[in-house]
Amino acid sequence: MRVIEPWVAEPLQRFLAESSARVVLLTTASGQVVAQHGFTRALDVMSASALGAAIMASTEELGRLTASGASRSLSHQGPSRGLFLAGFDLPQGRWIGLVVYDRDSSLGLVRLFFDRLVKELRVVAPTETPAREVLAADFENELNASLRSLFGR
Amino acid sequence: MRTDILSSLESITRVRGVRGAMIVSAEEGLVIAESSMEGIDGAAVAALTAGVVARLARATEAAGRTAPAFVHLRAHGGGLMAVPGQGDLMVVAVTDPEVNVGLVRLELRRAAEHIA
Repeated sequence: MRVIEPWVAEPLQRFLAESSARVVLLTTASGQVVAQHGFTRALDVMSASALGAAIMASTEELGRLTASGASRSLSHQGPSRGLFLAGFDLPQGRWIGLVVYDRDSSLGLVRLFFDRLVKELRVVAPTETPAREVLAADFENELNASLRSLFGR
Repeated sequence: MRTDILSSLESITRVRGVRGAMIVSAEEGLVIAESSMEGIDGAAVAALTAGVVARLARATEAAGRTAPAFVHLRAHGGGLMAVPGQGDLMVVAVTDPEVNVGLVRLELRRAAEHIA
């Protein structure tokens, strides 16, 4: 597990132990990778981060169009692995969580412990960092900066 | 919600000492239907029970035995019983400590056959 924000480490470690998730990626809506577990290549993190943000943006817009409200989470069940994607709000702004799990876990367990992770993050999150507007131009810069921090490149 | 599924669950919750019953998707650990689950976090019970039953099934299979047909978890404050049904479904009951286990097991099996 690698984290950029130290206060994320303990709740995320607990989430990993309890949910038995294989891969976790926490990013801000502006593309900054906050923490990751299970990725070995920066390129995979970059792709997953960009795709996760795009999917959340699309589903939230779809929710607005269909008046079903903003999407909280979505899941995809593959033959051997499942994917869970959720957006949540912290004092730092909107974050996105991407979780991949296999037969050692289930969607129910991931949802249950992800909700607890979000609650714990809200408790430990520093409040002095104000949420700021997400600009498209910031996305790539922030993503690259966080990947350099995580993978040392 | 299909009324026959709800009536199956109500047959379980009518047993004295049963605090709630639910049908759970065993693979996903999600609630399909529930009855009389007041004060109980149904989503958490479903997710955790499905996880425990799946691990028990793997353990018994590794030991060369078939998957459990009935799981009973006893704790100081109460108990939890589960009967895997056909396919992906599982019937679960949350009970008080003092409950007629045989009767609950019978109703769980009936419900599991009914929803198959």
